[in-house]
Amino acid sequence: MSVEITAPAYRVIPIIPVLKPGAMEGKGPFVANDKINEAIGFPGQLVEDWHDRAIAKMGELLSKYRSLKVFMDACVHCGACSDKCHYFIGTQDPKNMPVARQDLMRSVYRRYFTLPGKLFPKLVGARDLTREVLDEWYNYFHQCSECRRCSVFCPYGIDTAEVTMAAREILDSVGYGQKYSNEIIGKVHKIGNNLGLPGPALVDTLEGLEEDVKDATGIDVRFPIDVKGAEVLLITPSADFFAEPHIDSLIGYAKVFHATGTSWTLSSMASEAGNFGMFIGNYEQLRKIALRIREAALELGVKRIVVGECGHAWRVAYSFWNTLSGVGEGADSSDKFAQLLQKQLDHRYKQPMHICEFTWDLIERNALSFDKEMNDKHIITFHDSCNVARGSRMGDFAGGQFDIPRNIIKAVANHFVDMSPETIRERTFCCGGGGGLLTDDLMELRVKGALPRMEVLQQVVDEHGVNFMATICAICKAQFTKMMPIYGFDRRMVGGVHQLVSNAIKLGNK
Amino acid sequence: MANVIFAILFYLATLAFVVGLLYRISVYARTPAPLKIPTTPAPTTKGGVVLRMAREVVLFESLFKSNLWIWSMSWLFHASLALVILRHLRYFTEPVWGWVVLIQPFGLYAGLTMFLGLCALWVRRLFVERIRYISTPSDHLMLVLLIAIAVSGLLMQFVAHTDVIAVKNFFQGWMRLNIQSLPADVLLFAHLFLVFSLMAIFPISKLLHAPGVFFSPTRNQTDNPRDKRHIVGWAKQMESEPGK
Repeated sequence: MSVEITAPAYRVIPIIPVLKPGAMEGKGPFVANDKINEAIGFPGQLVEDWHDRAIAKMGELLSKYRSLKVFMDACVHCGACSDKCHYFIGTQDPKNMPVARQDLMRSVYRRYFTLPGKLFPKLVGARDLTREVLDEWYNYFHQCSECRRCSVFCPYGIDTAEVTMAAREILDSVGYGQKYSNEIIGKVHKIGNNLGLPGPALVDTLEGLEEDVKDATGIDVRFPIDVKGAEVLLITPSADFFAEPHIDSLIGYAKVFHATGTSWTLSSMASEAGNFGMFIGNYEQLRKIALRIREAALELGVKRIVVGECGHAWRVAYSFWNTLSGVGEGADSSDKFAQLLQKQLDHRYKQPMHICEFTWDLIERNALSFDKEMNDKHIITFHDSCNVARGSRMGDFAGGQFDIPRNIIKAVANHFVDMSPETIRERTFCCGGGGGLLTDDLMELRVKGALPRMEVLQQVVDEHGVNFMATICAICKAQFTKMMPIYGFDRRMVGGVHQLVSNAIKLGNK
Repeated sequence: MANVIFAILFYLATLAFVVGLLYRISVYARTPAPLKIPTTPAPTTKGGVVLRMAREVVLFESLFKSNLWIWSMSWLFHASLALVILRHLRYFTEPVWGWVVLIQPFGLYAGLTMFLGLCALWVRRLFVERIRYISTPSDHLMLVLLIAIAVSGLLMQFVAHTDVIAVKNFFQGWMRLNIQSLPADVLLFAHLFLVFSLMAIFPISKLLHAPGVFFSPTRNQTDNPRDKRHIVGWAKQMESEPGK
């Protein structure tokens, strides 16, 4: 049944691709079944009055989200974004141009919500919401990883991710949800994490890890869970507990905590940093998933909340947690909901804090020492993860999210080189698997979407002998581990920043 | 007769423009932005946001990052248009303000550069495959409309002069609800009619990008979500619901 998927050829000169209309038609992901949808409160399958309900939902979203309202109106079809999407570059399907993707919804917006679209639909490119249009939405709004690269280049800051989220929210509301994302959201509520790893299994895994680290280093590095009164609560993507190479970074965080004698804990209730509620654009889910962390923090009585290496999770934590669950600072004194938690947290530190901020702060204070030679086998480059790069920050200055991970790498290793400046920092390309697309039923899309990153990786491999690409996102790590062999690289070439920290950190005499 | 028709059309167009625009702006202003979504790296202070917005509006910073060709053509067009509009203030002020007199010579050439920018943008829309793909008929018509306005204006300036004293007299009167005569000039009629059309469709077309950019959350939000809790009414309401 499975079809061999091969990597597309690198572009000789990376110019704008020729259009191949329809290239990715009907290549969307599996649709969720009744059980999956109903478990998280959506209609089981496409409802009969889907048309009216979809339009009503759209109207509701237009009145609740200024972003959507402004973005529907403001686009002038200038084309600034048209060659910026990795999925367009990789697939050449014109509907994967950010503007064309937005227009799938904008055409409907114009038809039902604007005067010219009601009077002269053909003139302004307005269309009725037909079943074909709905299917097109499902297909192409699941070929966007919500990476925001287009929003960097738009003169009005139109962010296709916002449109994609709205479209998925509308689709879910009429019973046309995506299997992968909705199934995972069900698991996080039922079991506590996206991978469906139950509490006892998690405890076993952590005990096994303690033994492994003891065998490798001779030192008792602890992986505590559900410890009341710990100072730090670590919220990390569940892939860190057993997936390769993720687990090596988890070992890295534990070693940093160990080296500084920090009392820390994981939580079995909130054993997941990821929040797929963002991917489906559903505020209730986004909030409900974020509230697990609030509850865990209140229950364990921690003073600090630190987040592990995960891209969209860090966006949600950094940008949304304070709004959703009060994890942060600066709530009004009358805001009892947020104050309850904020009074507990220690505001000498950023809340929440990224593990890279945590480690870099210690490095700056000379609280950690490293044997950099331990990383000498690696010539390292860094892949900025899209949601960290364009949807969050680290440190006290704009752009800290780019400098801090690089600074850590340079502090723990001797060989670092950046990829082409057009493809790093805020211009970074998505790995091809973000935004709820890291599923095998989208493998062709994922392979094609990885093309722009693989091209520039090849450059530094050829020119500088790079053999390790560090990144701070669970999805990037999983996606690249799959993509590397397809593009002719070693799958172990990708790993976490704290994997490098783990290699070099000195534990013995601390 | 023509002067009465044009005066009325101008009142109507002005009304549509002002009321329509104010309505749209009030909708944007009233619609909440529940989440912090600035495209980062973003300014961490209000002052920084003002500077970012100024760079975006005056220099088209993001467009510059995207593509130098689109940037240069559209910046040329917009800067020229701004000069041309400012130059036209001379028809509405008496005595003409000093700085309007000052830019008068530049304003003349701006008409030409505006025309060039528009043509370049249209050529791009017609001949670049992916831009043609995303264009609707209205995208082409908008450019045609602007080009026609520029051409009719330039023709009056450089080829078939119209009686600008009389034109000014008409607008001075128009402002005081006192309708004066208008030169019977086809070019002038065309020019005015096209401008009125542009004003009328402004609030219901993609020209809303002009007010829209100021309300774009990815550009106008401060990057301080950890330091200050950001919460809007409908989201706050969820916190008071029982069991939440």
